[in-house]
Amino acid sequence: MQDQILIEMKGVQKWYGGYQALRNVDLTVRKGEKIVVCGPSGSGKSTLIRCINRLEAIQQGSIVVNGHRLDDSIKAIDVVRQDVGMVFQSFNLFPHMTVLQNCTLAPIRARRVSKTEAEAIARKYLERVRIGDQAEKYPAQLSGGQQQRVAIARALCMQPKVMLFDEPTSALDPEMVKEVLDTMIGLANDGMTMICVTHEMGFARQVADRVIFMAEGQIIEEGAPDAFFRNPKHARTRQFLGEILAHH
Amino acid sequence: MTPHFGLPEFGFLLRGLQWTVLLTLVAFAGGCTAGLAIALLRTCGHKGVEWITRIYIGVFQGTPLLLQLFVVYYGLALTGLKLDAFVAVAIGFTVNASAFLGEIWRGAIQAVPRGQTEAAMALGLHYSSRMRDIVLPQAIRISLPATIGYLVQLIKGTSLAAIVGFIELARAGQIVSNQTFQPLLVFGVVGAMYFILCWPLSWWGSRMEARLALASQR
Repeated sequence: MQDQILIEMKGVQKWYGGYQALRNVDLTVRKGEKIVVCGPSGSGKSTLIRCINRLEAIQQGSIVVNGHRLDDSIKAIDVVRQDVGMVFQSFNLFPHMTVLQNCTLAPIRARRVSKTEAEAIARKYLERVRIGDQAEKYPAQLSGGQQQRVAIARALCMQPKVMLFDEPTSALDPEMVKEVLDTMIGLANDGMTMICVTHEMGFARQVADRVIFMAEGQIIEEGAPDAFFRNPKHARTRQFLGEILAHH
Repeated sequence: MTPHFGLPEFGFLLRGLQWTVLLTLVAFAGGCTAGLAIALLRTCGHKGVEWITRIYIGVFQGTPLLLQLFVVYYGLALTGLKLDAFVAVAIGFTVNASAFLGEIWRGAIQAVPRGQTEAAMALGLHYSSRMRDIVLPQAIRISLPATIGYLVQLIKGTSLAAIVGFIELARAGQIVSNQTFQPLLVFGVVGAMYFILCWPLSWWGSRMEARLALASQR
């Protein structure tokens, strides 16, 4: 089943009013693949992954997730969101709930799991992101890195088939980036299918099967990390990598 | 012989106070229920529905409450619907409160960061759960000082009900004052009663506000 296709985007076009955010994007993601998406800001990389769980609607093209075609119907959106977990740049934990409640709400409400079972699942994933001892605290009592790990655990509690990461370390203080990346590496090693929008090129080298470079709403170049970093084909990619690697 | 301000007069004022409190409670409870519906409709994302609620809020915020009370009491009577004074003013205040509370809560719902809704959607939560579990608990907290402030305005505003002959606290004060010719004393007592009702609420509201300001600094 290594070759099973989990996400298939074909000819995806997206506009914000008159501004075209995605131009004719094709992307196929197979089960177990780890994909890193990079590109300058405004290149459409966040928009791309936000279309996969329908936080953004597309105007043309098709998106199929785990065999389910995504359209405007509530049912289709529901089915897809059950299979897709997402981690945001700004964590977006629910501030009025404890860490444990953050993790159990969706399984209880959307999957109709019992409270006891939901808590057992939540504690398992909180352990896995090494934050099990903070379950009774509120998000504001945690550091940024801890909050982002809770957000990862919260998404995992829905037992998704794919995880989307939207610049998960961009809002973190430098000393907290590593703990979040380590958690993501652990997840990757466990075989999770992942699409990560990130500028962490070390992470890309270490876990990515493919790196995708986007600019102006298009996929300009994609390839295995070795080839991508050593030998980028397009001038635009070289320029971007030059800019971003100069800081590392 | 004009009567002096004594126990019977004080008792009369207390009964007025009772009606003021009752009217406030009914209008606030009704206004909260209808206001919540208004706030939810106003933020539902459907352009047509949002426009209708915007017009509703605009009409009731943009015309005098006095006029609205007239319309309910005298206007409905013309259509053959003769309402008891209390029922009429309760309806008038409820409708008016629903517009103001609806607008306060609309603002509070929109003040909850967009990322909260997005995270809830990404987790597969439906609209009802997103509102009940995520958005409203945070919006209520945000709106609490403004809501309490409105409640204080409402308590004092119920004195307008006197205009259609409803005897609440202010009207009771006027009657007693006319009987006793002791306006300073009578209205002093009436004022004190309003103050005892409103001041603790105002104090609670500003304490809430300070606490929220502190919480948002973290």
